[in-house]
Amino acid sequence: MSLPDPSFLVIQCLSGLTYAMFLFLIASGLSLIFGILRVLNFAHGSLYMLGAYLTYYFVSQFVNAPGQFWWAVIFASLSVAIIGGIIERFLLSRLYIREELNQLLFTYALVLILSDFAKIVWGTGQLSVSRPAILKGAVPILGQYFPEYNIFIIILGPAIALLFWLILHRTRWGRFIRAAALDREMLGSLGVNVNRLFTLVFAIGAWLAGLGGALVSPIVAIVPGMDVEIIINAFIVVVVGGLGSFWGTLLGALILGQVTSFGILVLPRLSMVFIYVLMAVVLILRPWGLLGKPLQR
Amino acid sequence: MSKENWFLTILVLLLAFLPLTESRFYVFLGTDILIMGLFAVSLNLLLGYTGLVSFGQAAYFGIGAYTCALLMKKASVAFPLAFVAAAVFGAIAAMIIGFFCIRLTKIYFAMLTLAFSQIVWAIAFKWNSLTGGDTGLIGVNFPAHLDSPIRFFYFTLAVVALSFYVLRKLVNSPFGRILTTIRENPERTEFIGINVKLFQLIAFMISGFFAAIAGALFGIFNHSIFPDFIFWPQSAEVLIMSLLGGIYNFFGPVVGAAVLLYLRMQVTSFTQYWPLILGTILALLLFFFPGGIVGFLKSRQVFTRKNKCS
Repeated sequence: MSLPDPSFLVIQCLSGLTYAMFLFLIASGLSLIFGILRVLNFAHGSLYMLGAYLTYYFVSQFVNAPGQFWWAVIFASLSVAIIGGIIERFLLSRLYIREELNQLLFTYALVLILSDFAKIVWGTGQLSVSRPAILKGAVPILGQYFPEYNIFIIILGPAIALLFWLILHRTRWGRFIRAAALDREMLGSLGVNVNRLFTLVFAIGAWLAGLGGALVSPIVAIVPGMDVEIIINAFIVVVVGGLGSFWGTLLGALILGQVTSFGILVLPRLSMVFIYVLMAVVLILRPWGLLGKPLQR
Repeated sequence: MSKENWFLTILVLLLAFLPLTESRFYVFLGTDILIMGLFAVSLNLLLGYTGLVSFGQAAYFGIGAYTCALLMKKASVAFPLAFVAAAVFGAIAAMIIGFFCIRLTKIYFAMLTLAFSQIVWAIAFKWNSLTGGDTGLIGVNFPAHLDSPIRFFYFTLAVVALSFYVLRKLVNSPFGRILTTIRENPERTEFIGINVKLFQLIAFMISGFFAAIAGALFGIFNHSIFPDFIFWPQSAEVLIMSLLGGIYNFFGPVVGAAVLLYLRMQVTSFTQYWPLILGTILALLLFFFPGGIVGFLKSRQVFTRKNKCS
């Protein structure tokens, strides 16, 4: 087998990176919610799907506005955050006293409901959003062309990660969130409104999923079923990186992005099997993930 | 015989007369419910009796379905042998997968069972030459001597009734009591000198064995097998069936399977939005009837009895 063209490898690596950034956005929300609320949110993929559909909706509403795409992204992701907050405040919070399985199944009920909701509102056909005008072009890299929009995503991903880290580690609310992950009873008895904090955390997690969906809308077809497709991959990312671990999620996303991107080239038939094997192996050897910490309890 | 056993014997006899209605619909639905009921009960051995939330039960169902059909179609193995082989394969797969899974607890256990079932799914999806990949394995015919829906219904009834008999004996035996003890408190069970992991593994294998039987039956009943049988929403659906019926009663999952399948058949005849209805049922169940249908009926029974006493 001859060595493939280096420019081709670079392009493949970059598309893997683009995918990794979307995975990171979604999985970091999933990991945040799990870290604080101890709920594994199956509906996270559905929130991502809603983000994409709502972006389509808002783009069609702001047809002649300048920067319509960017406004649509902002409105769509914030709408998803509000929907997430409402779900947590009025429904999910009532199930915290029950067994974990009940919470898990409730989020699965949301998957079913939201997938049909999207079908009823937007139909079953493929929808698409065009790329924003300023990022329409492509950049030549070693003789091959790579879309500007993807490069923007590759830069935006780490920027959001950094912002997120700063919020968690340098602000008052960030400190509350980290404290809630360690001991929610203690935090409550110190006078912090833990219920409101939980709603906020769920809304932030939902916002990240919605943002992922909004930003992915110009490069994939918006179709029913994109929710269940992404959620298992997001699970793999958080499991590989470590449930509740911030940097672990980034690492997991980078690994999965590259494995998906190159796996298809090297062993097209086994690439899909390989990512699940990766998940199983990590769970067997280090159940708490590559960068996570073992649970104390 | 206890009251419950009498009740069941009569139910089985009644079911045996079902084909006399000459309704193809009821025979079809009856077969479907029996098979999925067995699948749900096999899961519930882990879920309700041992306290293990398996999110990958569809793996053994799929392995059973593919093994039986492939042995019959590609290797021309006689049906009885293929059927037994399917169950044994299911148990072996469960032993290998369970060996790793039982080391973990709670959410990690659920995630690992999910990962393994997705591996099985991806193999079935990608191994075109063997499984037919995405198009599935089609043209799985009724085996000789069972070549009509009614005959196959009787065969299913016999297999499922026998499986229930064995499983019920099992959960009421000292072995079953140990499983319940593990569910209630694994640490204390360990302290009284019981090898918890070993018992969990055996329960996992038995569960895989019966799930594979259900899968083998379903593959023939459906005349075709698709990778979707193993995809994770299938595992979620059987969890919902168990929960809907009630996981703290042996026959709860069967009731759940019956209600869900009957509803699906009715609902899908006038709307395509079955998931929406299923999701709503599930949410209502979680909020208002956490004990499932059987749990709810039992609690009412206790309630009325108390009223009579006072």
